[in-house]
Amino acid sequence: MSDLNLDKLPGGFKGMSEDIGSDQTTFKGVNWGKAMMWIFLLSDTFVFSCFLVAYMKVRASVVEPWPYPSEVFALEMFGVPVPLLLIAIMTFVLITSSGTMALAVKYGYEKNRKMCGWFVLLTAIGGLTFVGMQAFEWSKLIFHDGVRPWGNPFGAEQFGAFFFMITGFHGTHVSIGVIFLFIFARKVFRGDFDTGRRGYFTTMKSDYVAIEILGLYWHFVDLVWVFIFAFFYLW
Amino acid sequence: MSDELNINKKRKNQIKTKSSAASGRGETDIDYVRPAELPEQDLYHGHSFITKWIFCQDAKVIGVQYTLTAVFTGVVGLILSWMMRMQLGYPDLFPFLTAETYYQMVTMHGMIMVVYLLTALFLGGFGNYLIPLMVGARDMVFPYVNMISFWMFFVAVVVLMASFFVPGGPTGSGWTLYPPQAILEGTPGSGYGILLMLISLSLFVIGFTMGGLNYVITILQARTRGMSLMRMPLTIWGIFTATVLALLAFPALLVSSIMMTLDKVLETSFFMPTIIKAGEALSYDGGSPILFQHLFWFFGHPEVYIVALPAFGIVSDLISVHSRKNIFGYRMMVWAIVGIGALSFFVWAHHMYVSGMSPWFGFFFATTTLIIAVPTALKVYNWILTLWRGNIRINTVMLFCLGFIVTFVNGGITGIFLGNVAVDVPLSDTYFVIAHFHMVMGIAPLMVIFGAIYHWFPLVTGRFLDEKLGKLHFWITFLGAYSIYFPMHYLGFIGVPRRYFEMYDSPYMTSAVGMNEFISLAAFIVGAAQFIFFYNLVKSLRLGKPAGKNPWKANSLEWLTPDVPPTHGNWGEKLPVVHRWAYDYGVPGAKEDYIPQTTAPSEVKDAEVEKT
Repeated sequence: MSDLNLDKLPGGFKGMSEDIGSDQTTFKGVNWGKAMMWIFLLSDTFVFSCFLVAYMKVRASVVEPWPYPSEVFALEMFGVPVPLLLIAIMTFVLITSSGTMALAVKYGYEKNRKMCGWFVLLTAIGGLTFVGMQAFEWSKLIFHDGVRPWGNPFGAEQFGAFFFMITGFHGTHVSIGVIFLFIFARKVFRGDFDTGRRGYFTTMKSDYVAIEILGLYWHFVDLVWVFIFAFFYLW
Repeated sequence: MSDELNINKKRKNQIKTKSSAASGRGETDIDYVRPAELPEQDLYHGHSFITKWIFCQDAKVIGVQYTLTAVFTGVVGLILSWMMRMQLGYPDLFPFLTAETYYQMVTMHGMIMVVYLLTALFLGGFGNYLIPLMVGARDMVFPYVNMISFWMFFVAVVVLMASFFVPGGPTGSGWTLYPPQAILEGTPGSGYGILLMLISLSLFVIGFTMGGLNYVITILQARTRGMSLMRMPLTIWGIFTATVLALLAFPALLVSSIMMTLDKVLETSFFMPTIIKAGEALSYDGGSPILFQHLFWFFGHPEVYIVALPAFGIVSDLISVHSRKNIFGYRMMVWAIVGIGALSFFVWAHHMYVSGMSPWFGFFFATTTLIIAVPTALKVYNWILTLWRGNIRINTVMLFCLGFIVTFVNGGITGIFLGNVAVDVPLSDTYFVIAHFHMVMGIAPLMVIFGAIYHWFPLVTGRFLDEKLGKLHFWITFLGAYSIYFPMHYLGFIGVPRRYFEMYDSPYMTSAVGMNEFISLAAFIVGAAQFIFFYNLVKSLRLGKPAGKNPWKANSLEWLTPDVPPTHGNWGEKLPVVHRWAYDYGVPGAKEDYIPQTTAPSEVKDAEVEKT
C-alpha cells in the first residue's frame, strides 16, 4: 500500500462508485488474501445453502413423520431428559471461540505477539472442544439411539442422512479451521508475522493480516453453525 | 461522412471541457495516471525442469498445461462421438457397440465436452494465460494455489479416465446423471463408474474453486496503473463474469455429487424414492429425484454461460482486432455480459418442463429464459455493427469469428423455440434439442476457441499457424458442422428421440435412416479435419513463420510485453501504464491505424480518440 492513503479517499456511495471506476484495485487497501477469503466464503455460502435447501425440501415432502428434535437430542441429567443441553453448550463454546478469535485479530494488528498467539491457541482449543462434543453427540446418536444415515427408529430415514451429512460437512470445516489455528498459533509464537518469514510452500511473506483472514473463515463457520442449529434443533 | 466527423468532434470537445473542469488537474498533465497503490509482487522463479515446466507457478505455463489436458480429454470426447455416430448411422454393423457401451459413450462424451474440455479450456486455459497479461499483472495473485488448481484438475481427469477401465465401465446414465437410474442396477456403470464420475466432478469443483478465486482477485485487485474495469478487454470481462458464475454454480454440483455418492455408498435416500424391484422393495424410501434435477440444473444452466461468456468476450476482441475497428458499444457489451450472467441463475428449470413441475413454474422460467435473448441479441448486433464498414482481414481468425456469429444465431433461435413451454413439450428429448445445444454451446464456442488459438498462437510460441491449413480446417469444420447439426433439426421435428441406441422399424424411419447415415459421414469427416489442426499446431511450433512483436497490430497489453513470447513476470523491469481502452483502431488523426493501450495521450495529440 505504498502510495495509497485510505483516509484521503471519499467515503459513502461516492467513494464506492469512485473505487469501482478507478484503476488498480476495486477494493482499496484490501489485502489480496482477504479479498480471496471473502469471495471463497461467498462460494461456500452457496454450498451450505444448497445443503440446507435440499434438507428443507426433503423434510417438507417426506411422507413419514420427522423425528422430534427435543426428544432425539435430549441428554439425560440426573434421570431427567434435558432437551438441547449438549447443543446449547456446543453453541456457546463455538460462539465464545469467535470472541477469542476477534481478540486475536485485535492483538495481531497491535503486533502484540504473545497475546495474539494465546488467543489464537484459545480459539483452537475452543474449536477442538466443539469437535469433541460433536463426536460425542454423533456416537450417542449412532451407538445409543441407533440412528444411521440409512434409517433410524424415530421416523423418516432422511433425518439421519441429512443430520450426519450437514453436521459432518460443518464439522469438517471446523476441523480444518482448528488445524490452521494450531499452525498459525505456532507461527505467531515463532514470530513469523513480525519477521515476515516466508511460507514453506507458498514462499509468500507472512503478515498479521493472515490472522484476520483466518478469523473471517472462523466467524463464517460459526455463522453457518447458527443456521444449522436453527434448522436442525429448533425446527 | 464529414458531417458525422464534425458532430463527433463537437461532442468530444464538450466531454473534454467537462472532464477537465471536474477534475481540475487534467489541464496541466494530460498523461497523468494515479501512482502505484501496491508494492511489486515478488514471485517464485522456478530453477529446475520440474519447477519450471511441471509444478510450475507461472500462470502462462499453467494455462498451457490446462489447455493441453483439456484438449486431450476433448480428443477422447471426439472419438466417443465417432463411435456413437457409427452406431447411429450403421446400426448393428459393429458388434462391439452394444446398447450399454452406447449409453456409456453418450454420457462420457457429454460430460467430457461440457466440463473437462470447454470449462477447463476457457477458464483454466485462456483465463490463466490471458488474465495477468491483459490486466497488466506479473502473475496470478496466488501462484502456488493456481498450480494446485491445475493438478487437482489433472487428478480429476485421471479419475474420470480411470472409469473406462473399472469393472462395469464408465457410467451410462446420460451426462445429467439423473437418479434414481444413475445408481441402480441395470444402468451401465452403476457400480464403480458412477462413483468415479462423482468423485472426479467433486475434485474438479475443488480444483476449479482454487483457480477461480485467483482469476477473480487478479482482475479485481491486481490491475496495473491506469487499467480501470471499463478499460479491460472484453475477453477479461467474459472470463471474469464466467468465473463468478462458476464460483456460485459449482457448489450445487458439489452438493448433488456428495449427496448422490452417499445414496450410492451408504444407501441414504436423498434422491431415491421408494422403489419396488421384481416385487421386492429396495432399501430406499421417500427421497426426491426432482431435487437432484433442481440442484443439477442450478449448476447446469449457469454452466452454459460459463462456457458462452468467455467465448463472447474473446470473439469481441478478435472481431475488433481483425476488422480494425473499435468494438461497437463497449459498455453495452460489458453490461450485456454481466446481465446475462445474472439472469442465468433464474432460468434453470427450463430444462425441466417435462419433469412434472407446476405449469406456473414453467411459465415463470419461460419468461426469464426469453428475457435472456435480449442482451444476447444485443451482443450479436454489436458484433455485426463492429464489422460494418470495418477494414476486415479475411484470415483464419476472422473466418472462425464469422462462423461463430452464424452458428450462434442459429443455435440461439432454436433456443427461443425450446424456451417456450408449449413448443418445448413436443420437442423435448428429440434430436431438435441435440441440434440446439450442439450449435449454441458446442460448435459456437469451439469456433471461438479455434479462432482464439489461431490468434494467440503467435504470442505463446512466437510463430504463426499455417494459414492454408487453417482455412482448410475452418471450411471443413464449419460446413461439416452444419451438415451434422442442420439435418438433426429435421430429425427432431419428425420425432426421432435422443439417447436411443437404435430406431428399429418405426414409421418415421424411412427418412431418418438415410439422414442418419449422412450425418455420420459428415461427423467422421469433421472429426478427421481436427487432426489437420493438430498437425498444424505441431508443425508450426517448429516451422511456422516467425511472428515477431505484435503481429496483428493489436492494442491490448498481452502483445506489448518486452519479451515475445512473454517470460515469467511478464513485464521485465517496469509494469506497463495504461492510458486508454483496448479498442483504439482506425482513429482519425492518428498516424497508425491502432493506438496501443500504453500510448500516452501526449504522443497522439491529433487523434480523435474516445474518452475512456
